[in-house]
Amino acid sequence: MTPSDIIAFLQQHHAESVVSAVADGPYPHALVKAEGLAAVAAFLKTQPRLRFDLLRCISAIDWPAKNNIELAYDVISTSLGHAFAIKVVVDRADPRVESVSTVWPAAEWHEREAFDLMGVEFLHHPDLRRILMPEDWPGHPLRKDYQDIVEYRGLKFNP
Amino acid sequence: MALIEGIFEPGLVVTTVDWVLNWSRKRSIFPMTFGIACCAIEMIATGAARFDIDRFGSGAFRATPRQADLMIVAGTVTFKMAERLRRLWEQMAEPRYVIAMGACAISGGPYHVHGYHVVKGVDQVVPVDVYVPGCPPRPEALLEGIMRLQDKISTHTIAKR
Ligand code: SF4
Repeated sequence: MTPSDIIAFLQQHHAESVVSAVADGPYPHALVKAEGLAAVAAFLKTQPRLRFDLLRCISAIDWPAKNNIELAYDVISTSLGHAFAIKVVVDRADPRVESVSTVWPAAEWHEREAFDLMGVEFLHHPDLRRILMPEDWPGHPLRKDYQDIVEYRGLKFNP
Repeated sequence: MALIEGIFEPGLVVTTVDWVLNWSRKRSIFPMTFGIACCAIEMIATGAARFDIDRFGSGAFRATPRQADLMIVAGTVTFKMAERLRRLWEQMAEPRYVIAMGACAISGGPYHVHGYHVVKGVDQVVPVDVYVPGCPPRPEALLEGIMRLQDKISTHTIAKR
């Protein structure tokens, strides 16, 4: 299926969740409401004409000026050979979104990474802990307004 | 505390024992199997046939700190790693030595300014004997570092700690 077919199909079945969509250009994607993400994800995975069985990546983008965090989910179908992406926008002050790890198990670690470095909370995630930084690290380092620490367990940041 | 301090005049006997001890020590510096970033690739190359670290008696990479004499810090030390690194160093038997290999281990290297997670120099965590600069240093440079460490070991004496 081409991106425009996928978008049309998605709008047909999940009209209430799809906010907008881009069919052309290097990154065809659909912007989905945060409340509808879980349903759309399950639809993408199980619909026989879509069969997006592989979640390639979850990217989190911080937009301080717009005061939101954008999440991009890149999915491909290994059996049908097409690719697509869905985006979700969450509030920067309280970023929360439903976990898709029940749909794609690969999401578990990607979500832990987004939680660790961007501070996005994934609801109903089975094991939402930091994955890269130490457990007691302050803040989320990839936020644009992140301030470097002064000291960590007796080690100076700038000796 | 030296065993024979003050018993003999410092002379032939002491010098000879020193020499034998240092000679055997510096030709069997067993490094720990421990690489934490890209510099480790050069350390592995140093261990392989072309550069052959075995010529210096340092080819026996030990998989446990308790059998190792030398910790080659080959790579980027993060704050999370620093604690583990310190613990490994504490588990090594004395005399123990540390080589800081590469810009990262010496000063944070490419992460000196923007590395939110990188310790700016492993000498904040463990005492370093030899610094081998480079990003990464070539295997010859690491071998040179081991030779400098051998020089250091040959100045040790059992009469003084
Ligand atoms: S000094 Fe360069 S090669 Fe070595 S670990 Fe750092 S970045 Fe990698």
